Amino acid sequence: MYDTIIIGAGMSGLAAGIRLAYFDQRVCILERHYTIGGLNSFYRMRGRDYDVGLHALTNITPKGTKKGPLARLLKQLRLSRDDLNISAQLGSDIVFPGVRLRFDNDLDLLRAEIAREFPAQQENFEKLIASVVEYDDLDETHQAISARQRLAEMIPEPMLVEMLFCPLMFYGSAREHDMDWGQFSIMFRSIFMEGLGRPYAGVRLILKQLVRKFRGLGGELKLRSGVDRLAVEDGRVVGVVLENGEVLEGRRVLSSAGWPETMRMCDDGDPVTTRSAGRLSFCETIATLDVQPKDLGHDRAITFFNDSEEFTWEKSADPCDVRSGVICSPNNFAYDEPLAEGTMRITSLANFDYWQGLDEQQYQLEKLRWYDRITESAVRFVPDYRSRVLDTDMFTPTTVVRFTGHDNGAIYGTPEKQFDGRTHLENLFVCGTDQGFVGIIGSIVSGISMANQHCLRD
Amino acid sequence: MTADDIRVEILDILEVIAPDEDLSNIDDAVNFRDQLELDSMDFLDIVMELRKRHRIQIPEDDYVQLASMNSTVTFLEPLMKDIVKA
Repeated sequence: MYDTIIIGAGMSGLAAGIRLAYFDQRVCILERHYTIGGLNSFYRMRGRDYDVGLHALTNITPKGTKKGPLARLLKQLRLSRDDLNISAQLGSDIVFPGVRLRFDNDLDLLRAEIAREFPAQQENFEKLIASVVEYDDLDETHQAISARQRLAEMIPEPMLVEMLFCPLMFYGSAREHDMDWGQFSIMFRSIFMEGLGRPYAGVRLILKQLVRKFRGLGGELKLRSGVDRLAVEDGRVVGVVLENGEVLEGRRVLSSAGWPETMRMCDDGDPVTTRSAGRLSFCETIATLDVQPKDLGHDRAITFFNDSEEFTWEKSADPCDVRSGVICSPNNFAYDEPLAEGTMRITSLANFDYWQGLDEQQYQLEKLRWYDRITESAVRFVPDYRSRVLDTDMFTPTTVVRFTGHDNGAIYGTPEKQFDGRTHLENLFVCGTDQGFVGIIGSIVSGISMANQHCLRD
Repeated sequence: MTADDIRVEILDILEVIAPDEDLSNIDDAVNFRDQLELDSMDFLDIVMELRKRHRIQIPEDDYVQLASMNSTVTFLEPLMKDIVKA
């Protein structure tokens, strides 16, 4: 009998596992895939290491900072800042037609950029900062307010509003067209007020540290152990039935599989709460270059681009929506020594149904076709690197399904979150993307707080 | 454990849960929250560390007793008097 069975060895499941194992629980993490990480993972192909998911860590405050989500999670997991070996970004930007706003981990740069490009909005931007700071992320009462409505009231300059939404939505909005005010505030602080950074070795370092910690505390991790169903009796989960038929017993279950996905596992008939899955998924192209991006004149860690004044955040009607995107260069962080090769990654919104509907041959061809289109769109905003490419890869919404199990390849899960983590069963709880916080730091914080609230106190 | 032993133990716990804090100048009469960056998660950890190390159960209603060093030691003294210092 386990004290807690955790479904999913992504960031949130591993973080929850560490908390529980540290306090002497018998914990087992079940992972369907043959590898850990879920949405944030890594692989090796043709002799090169690749990251999936992570562009940059958010919430990067200077070393020694005692406040904020990064400090909180390091304390809670008994990790030191050096364990994650994070280097700050060199700088990023948001590019719309005719306007480029640069930002880095010091809010003053963004302030100055806005003063230059939108001088009339300086004071309004200060007001926005003040109200974002006021939002208490441990108090969920403001979550439901529309961020678009609040911003429209504060900043009567539509293009600036769109430029602020673009990065925040790309990095964390499960909802189309809008964000909850709470989510907006959390993301604004994470990206603009705290900042971006990356471990030299990428996401694998974070995952390896989490797994090492979990196992070191006696936690069990079972890979290739998909859950077939949760056996329910009298409002409780009484057994976790694996796809191979094995049955595990736990006093409680914490699932990071997603809300609709977890509900479907319960064998007590109709889920009490039906909730639509998210619709927003991504394609991402990855190019390895024979040159460092900065030698091509590109020194930005992240470039968020949009090719018209209005930014559209919705399920793509085309296979990929190439009007906007995120260009990430893992090279452009302040490491002690440069990465061995140049990398450019481009993320764009994509249509899950289209990619899901292709047969294998069409899928391979369409990947080539859309790789080209996405890249063609992006090189309008960064130096054209296409003649320097050594190797490429690409993921689509169907890849996301394979790694995360999320319906529709929904990167940020369902639009409606379950902030308290509770379900209709007294000993089943959810953590991760569908609980509330997204992104790597958000997922880890989610795992920690759900473990604290529901799994530690008895 | 004596009151002094308990104080040392609490300092050791704080060292583990908040390694970036300077604990050398703690004022025992002042609330932890007013001199250290501790949030509700950290207070839960004080409770959990005490449970992990000494098998002491502290009901949630009593978490308020852990506000300052003085109140914590006073509250823990009867609970920890039979625990032998390691």
